[in-house]
Amino acid sequence: MMTSNEKQVRKRNRAEVRFRSYGVLSLLAAGSVLLFLIYTIVSSGYSAFFRATVLLDVQLNAEHMDVTPPYTQDVLMQGRYTSVVKQALYAQFPEVTDRKHRRALAKMLSPGAELVVRDYLIDHPDRIGSTVSLEVPLSSDFDQLYKDHLPRSGEHIRFTATQLQWYDRLRQEARIHYRFNTQFLFGGDSRYPELAGIGGAVVGSLYALLVCFLLAFPLGIAAATYLEEFARESRLTRIIEANINNLAAVPSVIFGLLGLAIFLNVFGLPRSTPLVGGMVLSLMTLPTIIIATRASIRAVSPGIRQAALGMGASPIQVVFHHVLPVAMPGTLTGTIIGLAQALGETAPLLMIGMVAFIADIPATPLDASAALPVQIFLWAESAERGFVEKTSAAIMVIMAFLILMNLLAVIIRSKTQSKVE
Amino acid sequence: MTFLQLLLVFIALSVSAGVLGWRRANDPVFLQGRRPRSRAVYHGSYMALWCALPMLIVALGWLSVEPWFIRPAVLQVLGSVAGQPVEHAAFQYLEIRNIAAGILSDANASEVIRLAVERYRSLSQSASVVFSGLFLLAGILGFYRGYQKIAVDFPARERVEKFVRFFLLASSMVAILATLGIVLALVVEALRFFKHVPLLDFLLGLQWSPQVAIRADQVGSSGAFGAIPLFAGTLLIALIAMLVAVPIGLFSAIYLAEYARPSVRTIAKPMLEILAGIPTVVYGFFAALTVAPLIVRASATVGLQASSESALAAGLVMGVMIIPFISSLSDDVINSVPTSLRFGSLAMGATRSETIKKVILPAALPGIMGAILLAVSRAIGETMIVVMAAGLASNLTANPLESVTTVTAQIVTILVGDQEFDSPKTLAAFALGLTLFCVTLVLNFIALKIVRHYEERYD
Amino acid sequence: MDTVMTTERIQSDDALVRYLPDKPKLVTLPSGADVKMTAEGVNVFYGEKQALDDISIDIHSKQITALIGPSGCGKTTFLRCLNRMNDVVDGCRITGRITMDGEDIYAPKVDVVSLRGQVGMVFQKPNPFPKSIFENVAYGPKIHGYAHGNDELEEVVVRSLNKAGLFEEVKDRLQEPATGLSGGQQQRLCIARAIAINPAVLLMDEPCSALDPIATARIEDLMWELKENFTIIIVTHSMQQASRVSQRTGFFHMGVLAETGTTEQIFQNPVDARTRDYITGRFG
Repeated sequence: MMTSNEKQVRKRNRAEVRFRSYGVLSLLAAGSVLLFLIYTIVSSGYSAFFRATVLLDVQLNAEHMDVTPPYTQDVLMQGRYTSVVKQALYAQFPEVTDRKHRRALAKMLSPGAELVVRDYLIDHPDRIGSTVSLEVPLSSDFDQLYKDHLPRSGEHIRFTATQLQWYDRLRQEARIHYRFNTQFLFGGDSRYPELAGIGGAVVGSLYALLVCFLLAFPLGIAAATYLEEFARESRLTRIIEANINNLAAVPSVIFGLLGLAIFLNVFGLPRSTPLVGGMVLSLMTLPTIIIATRASIRAVSPGIRQAALGMGASPIQVVFHHVLPVAMPGTLTGTIIGLAQALGETAPLLMIGMVAFIADIPATPLDASAALPVQIFLWAESAERGFVEKTSAAIMVIMAFLILMNLLAVIIRSKTQSKVE
Repeated sequence: MTFLQLLLVFIALSVSAGVLGWRRANDPVFLQGRRPRSRAVYHGSYMALWCALPMLIVALGWLSVEPWFIRPAVLQVLGSVAGQPVEHAAFQYLEIRNIAAGILSDANASEVIRLAVERYRSLSQSASVVFSGLFLLAGILGFYRGYQKIAVDFPARERVEKFVRFFLLASSMVAILATLGIVLALVVEALRFFKHVPLLDFLLGLQWSPQVAIRADQVGSSGAFGAIPLFAGTLLIALIAMLVAVPIGLFSAIYLAEYARPSVRTIAKPMLEILAGIPTVVYGFFAALTVAPLIVRASATVGLQASSESALAAGLVMGVMIIPFISSLSDDVINSVPTSLRFGSLAMGATRSETIKKVILPAALPGIMGAILLAVSRAIGETMIVVMAAGLASNLTANPLESVTTVTAQIVTILVGDQEFDSPKTLAAFALGLTLFCVTLVLNFIALKIVRHYEERYD
Repeated sequence: MDTVMTTERIQSDDALVRYLPDKPKLVTLPSGADVKMTAEGVNVFYGEKQALDDISIDIHSKQITALIGPSGCGKTTFLRCLNRMNDVVDGCRITGRITMDGEDIYAPKVDVVSLRGQVGMVFQKPNPFPKSIFENVAYGPKIHGYAHGNDELEEVVVRSLNKAGLFEEVKDRLQEPATGLSGGQQQRLCIARAIAINPAVLLMDEPCSALDPIATARIEDLMWELKENFTIIIVTHSMQQASRVSQRTGFFHMGVLAETGTTEQIFQNPVDARTRDYITGRFG
């Protein structure tokens, strides 16, 4: 017979097990959501790194391409290549003769198909007049069809039965290939999903991060140095510290408003440029760098400071010759982490205009451009099916950058730990 | 002179000043066998500073010429012609600048605009000439002055160090400047908004449909700027997010701090850090792509109809985003409770969970409350998840399956795209921004106060 | 001139016979020796608390002066007044007069930085910079502008390392980090670093307290050689050390300078009762 005391103990132990399991369940819940998210992104995104192409025998007829000798690059850039590409496709289906069906047939090709011909000719101008086999990209719908992202039947199919027949025939003839899509990595944005690339957005983001670093790194170290080494306990110092802590907690949209109202409107800086984007990001990164640098400076052993002072170094010399070099690894770690956060910021960049559709890759930080997270946002909002995989793939790219940056920070941190020991 | 040319002149003059100063301070003829009071590098730096700083001051002056002088003069040209409403000034000024820069063609421009462009061009031209001249002059004079100052017993090191100290102080003031800039930008524009829409209508109005007439004669152009639906939407989503994040985050922190083996910690901590590092735009996409359809399907099976952009979808994903935030803050707080308390309780025969529930959590409670408040502040200020998953239609409801919009989503929607800078619609965004800023400020302040007040107890 | 054989002194007290030098050392006390630094009526306050009360002492040139006394009685505080290291301590206030070569070192126009170039310091715990051995010793000459160019610097570094008796041990690894040296080597490096700028006065704050007896002995020998060229003031809580190396001694007791005089006199014929009690081990 259990005494009430034993019953009590049993009950308490059961409560203990329950409580502990809540903890485990919570971690498992968080972990499984993370895994689910990774799975969703990767599974929907990896196909964007490839695209379906069709192999066509293109007759490079100079007249049809609207080019005359000499075949310099300028001349070739002015040429028109759509018709020769279409002709090459029609040649695969000689039984298709009327305009309506031919239009349907041409719809299988991407509008960017002609650019493949152009680029080939720029590299091989001597081939004009001959017939070459070129792989040209399929239109987004067929690209998605190849990847099984669009249904072949059902209420919302985007293909006519005849188009499907043509497509199947091309596959049987082994004319449809699946190639690595370098245009996605290096090309600029496009209205057509099969041609869209993140190159412009990546360069825009890199420029913005560069500007952010050039502004926030020196200012952050200088401010931290002042606060740790030279500032006395005073009203001004307290105000400065309160402001820094405050800035760290302000929502990112507000920084966007600041950028819009002051950088764009008052200072008249150019809109949509990585320059202004970087300036806004630097204000957001500044508190992170300041806090990390202060912590590193505090960790420098006072013995070194005393030794330097005793040798007749001035306080500024002590700081710059001895304290900052030792504090640098911690500072760099904090900076890298701050920059990683800045890379993922979207809202402020939206508001200073880095959201326009820009097809070119920016050459300088003063050219209008998009940024990687903004590009993700734009593609995510698009209605076209083909952009879903692009969005996921762009997310994979940005996550890759973030992982690299965080790894770098971890390496720096562990290197200094081992040195200390 | 172009920006690039000026930059080159700046660098060339400053660097040569530095080198010249350095060489002179090292020159034995100049030194006459005496040891200089400061090392040559400081003399060189001093001279370079004397050269560079005047040039920078001139450059800054030049930057302020455009907004303070040129713009009003050009706008005056516009205003002097009868019938031109200066409301659209900002837009037209942009057009004028673009035409002057050759980005836009002046084919469609009216006569007035052409005049304004002319004015702009001539003013810019003369400003350019004047300031380029001043810039060069400043550089050369500074160069000369710095050169003269170099002497054997000149305390160059002290002077340079004084400047360095000033620069350090100025850098820390940037934080103050930034806050001032934010407050100024928000307050000025919000005040302009409240001239169009009274404050109480804004704060207490129940309808939010920010349309504004593009042309004066447009019918149906009245907009309503009542922000209550936005506040409600923000709170609804934040509430859902906290319902997810607080239990999971707190229990994760407790488990990791009190129960977990080191091997579990080495996996769990990085996992939480990864969750924290995922950009919010990714969460937003995930919410729109996967979570929202799931909710639609799930609610259909129980006979409810959920919008494809439900508050629930946004709230759930936002909750996941906040989990690591609460978890790491709580972890710090729990770990800082003295172990003596733990041992005391365990020694009395309490189970671990009882120790946690009755001793540790009460001791850590203020810190955890602070963490929760900070998390709420974060949830309120979050933008991308809501924009992408929760929709933009204003809706006053408590039903999480419906679509709502938040303060932040509206700010973004209003300002993305071509804005008429003086219309109430655009200014409304600033009023919303000001509200958001104030609320998060107060929340952060309270959170800090709570934490600090109770921290003293355990020192 | 009085010449004293120190062996006599050691025999007079058993407690001191713990470590005998290899050879008796001749202590020459020139009468009318130069006075390099003086303190007159110096008081030091940390906030409200008074740490030193009315200290007056003469430091003789090219001699080793030892400051002894129980822990916490102000020896280090006084030492740090001599190179104005107390300036960096918040709330520290100093009254009275401290002179070097007749000039008040606390006068408003005195440049602290060059003062510290003339009054060097070696600390209790060796604190080499986290740089190479060479960089450590070269730092002082570099910032004070005593050497221009790598050749001159190298010369100065080698000379200082030699004077500190460290060169032979490190000549093959000058570019390696100083933190890789042993405790005793690090302290000798700190001494080399301090003497590299040729200070007139060298302050040593319990330089051997963190070292083993062998390292301690080496540094004491080093001090003996250094006194040919430098005025040395050493704070020590080891009476044996004070009697071994110094020519003059000051005894601090609770913030007051109880007695000063030649080392022989302090240890053999202390005048003040407190001194006598301390020397014979009754306290401290």
